[in-house]
Amino acid sequence: MTFEKFVFYVFAAILVFAATMVITRRNPVHSALFLVLAFFSSAGIWLLAEAEFLAIVLILVYVGAVMVLFLFVVMMLDIDLATLKAGFIKHMPVGVLVALVMAIEMFMVVGPANFGLEKVPAPAAQGAGYNNTEELGSVLYTVYMYPFEIAAVILLVGIIAAIGLTMRKRPETKFQDPSVQVRVKKADRLRVIKMDAED
Amino acid sequence: MQFDTSMLIPVLPEIFILTAACVILVVDLFLKEEQRVISYGMTQISLLLAIVVTLMTAPAETRIVFDGSVIRDGMSDLLKIAIYIISAGAFLYSKDYLKDRDLFKGEYYVLGLFAVLGMMVMVSANTFLTVYLGLELLALSLYALVAFDRDSANSSEAAMKYFVLGALASGMLLYGISMIYGATGSIGFQAIGEGLANPDVNKMVLVFGLVFVVIGLAFKFGAVPFHMWVPDVYQGAPTAVVTFLGSTPKIAAFALAMRMLVDGLGGLHADWQYMLVILAILSMGLGNVFAIAQGNIKRMLAYSTISHVGFILVGILAGTTKGYTAAMFYSIVYAVMALGAFGIVILLSRRGFEAENLEDFKGLNERSPWFAAMMLLVMFSMAGVPPTVGFFAKMFILESVVSIDMTWLALVGVFFSIIGAFYYLRIVKLMYFDKPVDASPLEAGIDTRIALSVNGLSMLALGMFPAGLLSLCSAALS
Repeated sequence: MTFEKFVFYVFAAILVFAATMVITRRNPVHSALFLVLAFFSSAGIWLLAEAEFLAIVLILVYVGAVMVLFLFVVMMLDIDLATLKAGFIKHMPVGVLVALVMAIEMFMVVGPANFGLEKVPAPAAQGAGYNNTEELGSVLYTVYMYPFEIAAVILLVGIIAAIGLTMRKRPETKFQDPSVQVRVKKADRLRVIKMDAED
Repeated sequence: MQFDTSMLIPVLPEIFILTAACVILVVDLFLKEEQRVISYGMTQISLLLAIVVTLMTAPAETRIVFDGSVIRDGMSDLLKIAIYIISAGAFLYSKDYLKDRDLFKGEYYVLGLFAVLGMMVMVSANTFLTVYLGLELLALSLYALVAFDRDSANSSEAAMKYFVLGALASGMLLYGISMIYGATGSIGFQAIGEGLANPDVNKMVLVFGLVFVVIGLAFKFGAVPFHMWVPDVYQGAPTAVVTFLGSTPKIAAFALAMRMLVDGLGGLHADWQYMLVILAILSMGLGNVFAIAQGNIKRMLAYSTISHVGFILVGILAGTTKGYTAAMFYSIVYAVMALGAFGIVILLSRRGFEAENLEDFKGLNERSPWFAAMMLLVMFSMAGVPPTVGFFAKMFILESVVSIDMTWLALVGVFFSIIGAFYYLRIVKLMYFDKPVDASPLEAGIDTRIALSVNGLSMLALGMFPAGLLSLCSAALS
């Protein structure tokens, strides 16, 4: 076993373990943290496959941004675990059966019979000066320019939809208006009351 | 890729609509509440101008630009123009409805235009990547539109269902695409076609991928057994949104099927033909039978959509130019019919009252003989009664399957259409032979009145002279 193979199996084992923990932990915060571990191990495997840019993006975007947001949401929401877990045992045999059949079917199609090394040869190793960020960038902004622009429009729609659906004016909300605060005059705040001196 | 500016000309309609949507988005920020009608007007003008732009930039022959991402051919132009016109109609009908419910906001029109853009991208896509992105752009805009009435629990629920099932369908589609990429090594439709001709290609992986692609497609079409979202979304979403959602996206779904199954996977026709046969028979059967049991007009129209989708699929599965032409004709005609039917539903609704039940149609003839006649034409057309256009649309489809020796399928289609005629004619009976439940007169602006009249009479006009649209469709596909 070469060193690379050893590293692959280590990452793969951690990945499978972490993925199993994600769906079996009772505490959703633990699940989210195990998902971070799963992402991290996949990034390691991608690094072995010489997809350095994607590996780093996976960590930056998914671990750095998406999962942190996810953790916040999980911590903020009061998820009622009892109702989520209801019926878990009852439906488990059917679920396991379906999952097993699907796994076997997928193995038959995407397994070594159709996608083995002799069917799909491994790509030739690149030289030392090869930079896959540059390679990705050069096709992303030329060959895939049109899809890239459409993806940008989809993000814009996402922003519009999110703001349109969540922003609302609440009349009962109290807020400060600095410009009004600055423009305030003495007469607005101070009322001088003339009254007779008391005996 | 060598970039030159002439490459931008074929995508000018898309660029125009995108620019228009962004301009309206910004202008709308500076409008006061009572000036909101300016956003509406700008949207309609953009759609009109888009027709002009599309006609002016129509290339003499098929052009493929952006390294095979975009195709501009006769089919894309005709379908785009149909999409502009029918979307403009949907926006027009929904104006008063939105105003009455304090939903008259710029976002409705901006999201609507982005949905139109998504459909345009799908219609002229030439790779799986572009098809998928167009589909997502359309779907994302529609999810937001369905949830547009934020304070209504029903529309939030409908949007949630639509979103979750739509995301699942997108996942299926992507998985199928990845298999096809694995087998042929490409996502471009021409390259996939060449890959399929290669005898070494792995058939098992391809068909496995094809199954997922067809499932994704059936979800988007709303074909049985992937139709569960359709009735709930139609019922829960505001009627103004359903008018849009129920009409033009069917044209886009037709284009999706044509691009993916015919342009890309045409070599696997023998494999997908029978998958579509099953989907078509189930859709026609279940759609028509379930529609009978509905008391809610929007749910009834949803099941009716499902049955019409079955007919469109029958035309596509024929696999001949004649079949594709018939399916294209049917999808355009169906979009116009659905627009008319929902237009009348909107007309019957008013502030604080949703005309959702069949009872609301009772005695429409006494309240407004003219609109009752328009609804009569639309219902006859949906049922397929001559001389309305629905009859010819069905006839062309049936002809195309008879000509490939699948007469039994044509018989199944006719059988279920007869069952379906019942619920369309029930509405006619309610309108003409029952006493009205509430006799308040119908209120509608002059623009809605004219548009509804044109919409209804077009059923008759297209039915009298179907050759015009049909020759446009067959020219677009040749």
